[in-house]
Amino acid sequence: MQRLSSRRQFLAVAGGVAAGLGLGAVMAIRPARATPAEMQEAIRKVVGSARITPGKVTLELPPLIENGNAVPLTVSVDSPMTEADHVRAVHVFTEKNPQPNVVGFYLGPRAGRARVATRVRLADSQTVVAICQLSDGTFWSDSADVVVTLAACLEGGVGI
Amino acid sequence: MASALINVPPRAKRGEIIEIKTLISHAMETGYRRTQLGAPVPRDIIRLFVCTYNGTEIFRAELHPAIAANPFIVFSTVAIESGTIQFQWTGDNGFSVTESVRLTVD
Repeated sequence: MQRLSSRRQFLAVAGGVAAGLGLGAVMAIRPARATPAEMQEAIRKVVGSARITPGKVTLELPPLIENGNAVPLTVSVDSPMTEADHVRAVHVFTEKNPQPNVVGFYLGPRAGRARVATRVRLADSQTVVAICQLSDGTFWSDSADVVVTLAACLEGGVGI
Repeated sequence: MASALINVPPRAKRGEIIEIKTLISHAMETGYRRTQLGAPVPRDIIRLFVCTYNGTEIFRAELHPAIAANPFIVFSTVAIESGTIQFQWTGDNGFSVTESVRLTVD
């Protein structure tokens, strides 16, 4: 009885250790990346509880990206950019980069034209979302699906 | 420092919308990469870019690690008056670069 008990204990302990190691290995192997849920959370952090309506915003990204390390991204908003009606901010989010936030632009009526551009890193084929806030407090969005053949963040280790 | 490239037309008509293109030399190290020995490479990025026109802020960008190396930012402004357009990039490890250009408005 004593032996059975110890064998049972041994198995329980061994199983626990193996499961722990397995979990640890999975945690270690899992690449750092955000999930669509984390993107929604990041969007909520910026937008709050306001409603986001698709439209007005145009997010331009090449549909097929050979190199995710520098992807040209342009966001333009259909807005007259006057004192009474202008774009206050433009935010860009991704689903599968290590962090959901990409960039936040803050502009105003002095911009004259609601069009901003930059170059971003994309870690994987995914959906990119642009959200703009107008001066009346409403939020508008556009999204783009991209296919990335060479992902950013995956190039070999840095030389020492 | 000559690490920044700024493209602003030197002259503009009053009320004209001018496009401003900026590029600054910076690795934008994400903090997610590792060396060949497995040690993590600490994050080193530019966090903030601010543009002022005769002292008034006209544009601001908050950058994250997902911005490509050598951040390139394009935006526009209305040429209101002659003066100085100043650009400032600030980031991790005390990184701070300020550049300015003259704009003549007819």
